[in-house]
Amino acid sequence: MQTTTTIYSSSSSLQHLKQQDKDEKQDVSHIKNILEDNSLTFAEKIISIKNVETHSKKSKIKSVSGDIVVVDVDLALAQDSTGPLAIRSLNEMGINRLHDPSKVLLVIDHTFPAADEKVANLHALMRDFASKHNCMLVEGSISHQYILEYLANPGMMILGADSHTCQAGCVSAFASGIGSTEIAAVWATGQLWLRVPESIKIKLSGSFNKGVFARDLILDHIGKVGEDGANYKAIEWKFSNEHVRRRFSMDSRACISNASMECGAKISVFPPDEIMRKYLDKKPRINNNTGEAKIEIQPGTFAGYKDEFEIECDKIEPRVSGPDNVDKVHSVEELANVEIDQAFIGSSTNGRIEDLEVAARILKGRKVHKNTRCVVTPASVKVYEEAIKRGYVEIYLESGAVFTNATCGACVGTHLGALGENEICISSSSRNFVGRMGALSSRVYLASPATVAASAIEGKITDPRRYF
Amino acid sequence: MSEHPISITDALKGKAWVFGDNINTDIIIPFKFKSRTNDPYEMAKYAMYGFDPDFHKKISKGDIIVAGRNLGGGSSREQAPVALKYAGISAVVSESFARIFYRNAFTIGLPALEIPGIKGKVNQGDVLKIDITKFTAENIRTKETFHAKEVPEFMRQMLVEGGLVEYYKKYKLFPWTRS
Repeated sequence: MQTTTTIYSSSSSLQHLKQQDKDEKQDVSHIKNILEDNSLTFAEKIISIKNVETHSKKSKIKSVSGDIVVVDVDLALAQDSTGPLAIRSLNEMGINRLHDPSKVLLVIDHTFPAADEKVANLHALMRDFASKHNCMLVEGSISHQYILEYLANPGMMILGADSHTCQAGCVSAFASGIGSTEIAAVWATGQLWLRVPESIKIKLSGSFNKGVFARDLILDHIGKVGEDGANYKAIEWKFSNEHVRRRFSMDSRACISNASMECGAKISVFPPDEIMRKYLDKKPRINNNTGEAKIEIQPGTFAGYKDEFEIECDKIEPRVSGPDNVDKVHSVEELANVEIDQAFIGSSTNGRIEDLEVAARILKGRKVHKNTRCVVTPASVKVYEEAIKRGYVEIYLESGAVFTNATCGACVGTHLGALGENEICISSSSRNFVGRMGALSSRVYLASPATVAASAIEGKITDPRRYF
Repeated sequence: MSEHPISITDALKGKAWVFGDNINTDIIIPFKFKSRTNDPYEMAKYAMYGFDPDFHKKISKGDIIVAGRNLGGGSSREQAPVALKYAGISAVVSESFARIFYRNAFTIGLPALEIPGIKGKVNQGDVLKIDITKFTAENIRTKETFHAKEVPEFMRQMLVEGGLVEYYKKYKLFPWTRS
């Protein structure tokens, strides 16, 4: 729809305006047909709408899983460890014009502020590029959180040179990770090819027991299906009833969509509902083209799924994953004697205000164990401000924890919480791969912020339930 | 480490390095190295660092990575296939690939062949011959030929040209828009 508008609005001839009108009417009826189609999954619906072939001429086309299509992209992200390579590729191709700079987002978050001069030089490259092309540049909030706070809308096609781009699935967007050179191609053309994924439906029922959180749920699931359990596939989350739906906050949905990457999911989407609408409405939206594409998509009742699961939330217990692979999932009991050198609460997976709240609740009036460092990192500037406002930062400091600026630093072992030889960390961050947070001999265990905070106090992996 | 990466020809030949399942992109190149340079030759010095920091020195030009399931899982870092390619690896063959790594390999011109069952058919050091026209891998020792999962023709074309950048430089358009 946007492509047609862009093309024809540059022409003033009457014939073109008539054509535009006709195309838009066709688009509207095409979108309506797709939205009402009972046989399509979420992924099939959104790709049918964004498919370039579809809305240029053949307005009746449906995209189904397995199809290779070219889609219009509403937002194209790169961050400071993938953006410089994208800029390099764009330069090598000799392209010096972006298709639509208002849809291009550069975020300096991974090693922010620069930890050394090599990083500083790459940051400078990004700033120069953003200023030359007049695209969006954000510094000091994690991209995925920033996108949720300001840019993401339901029905958007969001591609990012970062695997955790899939987090925006929590607001019912098609959001997926790609590489640097491909994002450069999106900057140049506004489009990219995609294979329409098969879908997996996961129905959520019951409610969490005390001390159990969304992170435990998704770790538990990854432990069952493996690191490639959803490779190439779309995950559609479904609530079994109203009661369950209302218990899943936006922060917990964001955690689940984000962490779905660890079983390989191409996208991980929640259906639009009033919790999502309320979340989006109260936030300041940045006025640019990315805001136009607000389309609420519900999967068809008779859509075909590759696999279906039901997760009973009340059966889930606190989970700890690791070391070295995310699908090595254990009960806390199995690891209860593992002593830790560092406890990290933060990252795009679990650095939101609810995560900081639960950490503050547990750390309040207590001290971090003398043999353990505790690092707390908010996911964005907004989360940072809110943590100060609510008094959490005071609680952390009194407990002996460190509160840092918003960054991906510790999660990727680049700064603000890297691990030395043989050190052990329990972390709410995204991955526990070999060398992920520092030395190759260091070990990372993943858990919910509650489990991490409880472990920080006791100096060893600890069940958080005794703190509730 | 080689001075120049392998150029794509129809027949690639090299010695196999056999790995297990879930060799992720943090193993292939850790963040702290890939995020501090934009130079592919610098990235190559850290190829498979998580497995062996000296791995890049042990590679002979043309060597081939053979892996189990889910090669390249985790991060979207394009530096992972770039590091392998510039370290002299001529192709990656795996039971299955993680989605983004697979896309990236084609994008940067590193042949990626998905062949279920391949791990049990190749020993460390076996010489493999890869044909990117037929999309096959042949184990010279056992004389067995394996067909890789097919890919859209535009992806193979992109690979033949040496990746997306080279393709664009030649045709001044992106391969998926040619129809």
